[in-house]
Amino acid sequence: MIEKALTGGKRYWFWISLLLACIVAGAAMYMRQLSYGLGVTGMSRQVSWGLYIGQFTFFVGVAASAVMVVIPCYLHDTKQFAKIAILGELLAVASIIVCMLFIMVDLGQPARVLNVLLYPAPHSVMFWDMVSLSGYLLLNAVVAYNTLSAEQKGLHAPQWLKPVIYLSIPWAVSIHTVTAFLYSGLSARPLWMSAVMAPRFLASAFAAGPALLILLIIVLQKSARYDPGEAAIGKLATIVTYAASISTFLVLVELFTGLYSGIPHDREGLAYQYAAPHGFWGMTLWMWISSVLMIAALAVLLVPRLRQSRVALAAACVAVFVSLWMEKGLALIVGGFEPSPLGTLTAYRPTCTEWGIALGIWAIGALMLTVFYKVAIAIRTAAR
Amino acid sequence: MKLTRKEFLITSAATLAGISGTKLVTSVKAAAASTGEDGKPRWAMAVDFQKCQWDQGCNQCIAACKHAHNIPDVPEKAHEVKWIWKELYKSVFPQQSEWVDPALTSHPLMLLCNHCSNPPCTRVCPTGATWKRGDGIVMMDWHRCIGCRYCMAACPYESRSFDFGDPRGEIANINPDFPTRTKGVVEKCNFCEERLGRGQCPACVEECRGHALIFGDLNDPASEIRTVLRSRYAMQRSPELGTGPSVFYLL
Repeated sequence: MIEKALTGGKRYWFWISLLLACIVAGAAMYMRQLSYGLGVTGMSRQVSWGLYIGQFTFFVGVAASAVMVVIPCYLHDTKQFAKIAILGELLAVASIIVCMLFIMVDLGQPARVLNVLLYPAPHSVMFWDMVSLSGYLLLNAVVAYNTLSAEQKGLHAPQWLKPVIYLSIPWAVSIHTVTAFLYSGLSARPLWMSAVMAPRFLASAFAAGPALLILLIIVLQKSARYDPGEAAIGKLATIVTYAASISTFLVLVELFTGLYSGIPHDREGLAYQYAAPHGFWGMTLWMWISSVLMIAALAVLLVPRLRQSRVALAAACVAVFVSLWMEKGLALIVGGFEPSPLGTLTAYRPTCTEWGIALGIWAIGALMLTVFYKVAIAIRTAAR
Repeated sequence: MKLTRKEFLITSAATLAGISGTKLVTSVKAAAASTGEDGKPRWAMAVDFQKCQWDQGCNQCIAACKHAHNIPDVPEKAHEVKWIWKELYKSVFPQQSEWVDPALTSHPLMLLCNHCSNPPCTRVCPTGATWKRGDGIVMMDWHRCIGCRYCMAACPYESRSFDFGDPRGEIANINPDFPTRTKGVVEKCNFCEERLGRGQCPACVEECRGHALIFGDLNDPASEIRTVLRSRYAMQRSPELGTGPSVFYLL
């Protein structure tokens, strides 16, 4: 199966080498962090989680969003999604591995990570996050592998795979719910302690994930001549539109409760994100850019005629993805620590080392995805 | 015996799942079997901060703690390691500062781990590297901590520090009777459990010139701390969060 990823044109190999170069650079940065400690990052006593945990959270969402193609394909038998479901499942596999890598690089003592299994702590949400993420990885890997190997042999997927696929649907919801519970159960962090956190995570995931999938399909149409059809892209665009609208609605709901209630802690957290309190810009500009991108994307997505234009749709998908990546992938996590319980605002800016390590992990994710898609498409094309 | 890659992966995953499943069952059983801690002390501290001689440049409690526990002097403020430290009244109790005498609101208080009766930090720890002892002390196992810093996110009192670099090079004068830490773990005040075990009171309490720190057993009605809590108005930090702090600030 894997041998199908070893043949390719000049552009394919250029892309692979580019990714490998990024991975090597990331690994070098990680060696630096490993030998010095997490002091090489921008994190501090006050802002004790940053880019890594933000990226972890964001990619859990991308992984969970596979369910947005699995549900139509397997529950509603939407024929247009037949060619997309496998892409979603493989995206989930790559994303979960990216999540796990982001957790690993965030640990102060990564060599001790197996303590989570040796001394399991069911009272910790992190324990359940580990259970749900590894379970989801296993489910998607099993589904994708068996679907593809059956296709390779020209057979139908085995019958037992159906219940596994059905199980992966609630499981996808669970991974992002449990990830939201990591934050929403902390009384120390008013910005996070909101019941709407889990639904908001799911909504933003179901916008960002399918947006990425649309972009990936556009790339595959060009580079691999793999065309799932206009109808499929149109359906995905509808999903992105609904999810992005619901996600924005939930952000506004959060703003209302936080601001109207007038409770200082809640208000200060939101002020940090949107209003640069005391001239402390921190994440404010970052959040403004994210908000503007989302408004612009919605303006395009909500107009059917614009949504049908390939260029406008691609731009809107980029905007949705980047906007949510900025918000969930960094600002929301840092925002939870600002102001600190003692009322201090601490500047957090990811260092070059931090960006370098993140780049390495994204490249690992992109490499996995490239290989997975290459194999999957080769099998699909050969089967026809 | 010849193993294919697939068989190897399946066997290792099954072994890992088996081991962790067994561990999970044992840990749940142990938690279910643990009974209440009657008859044990519950250690607590009252800070009579107006007796503090900070205005005469006294820093004895901090210095004593630093030496007793090999706390590093980290130059970057962002990476500071603090077990006991000073903070102004108005930042500790911002809701109780308006219209209050500025002499009070600009008074420094000693902050340390609250050794909560219902600690959020131990609840979130994924490895049990921080846990609550029967006598109320919230402990840390620096050999088990994986450095995920979830406890720091969960603590509403900023009482936890992380070793962002190797702390060993930054300790002025190492106390051989207490362990040093490695980089990448979380640390905090341990209420001098090592001294309590020897029948001594915490180092900060012993060194306090003005007798501003009162330490004792909340389960003993005749203890000094119970007497002072009965007779004076005492505040806890963010009691509305339900954490049940064991550090009190006397007015």
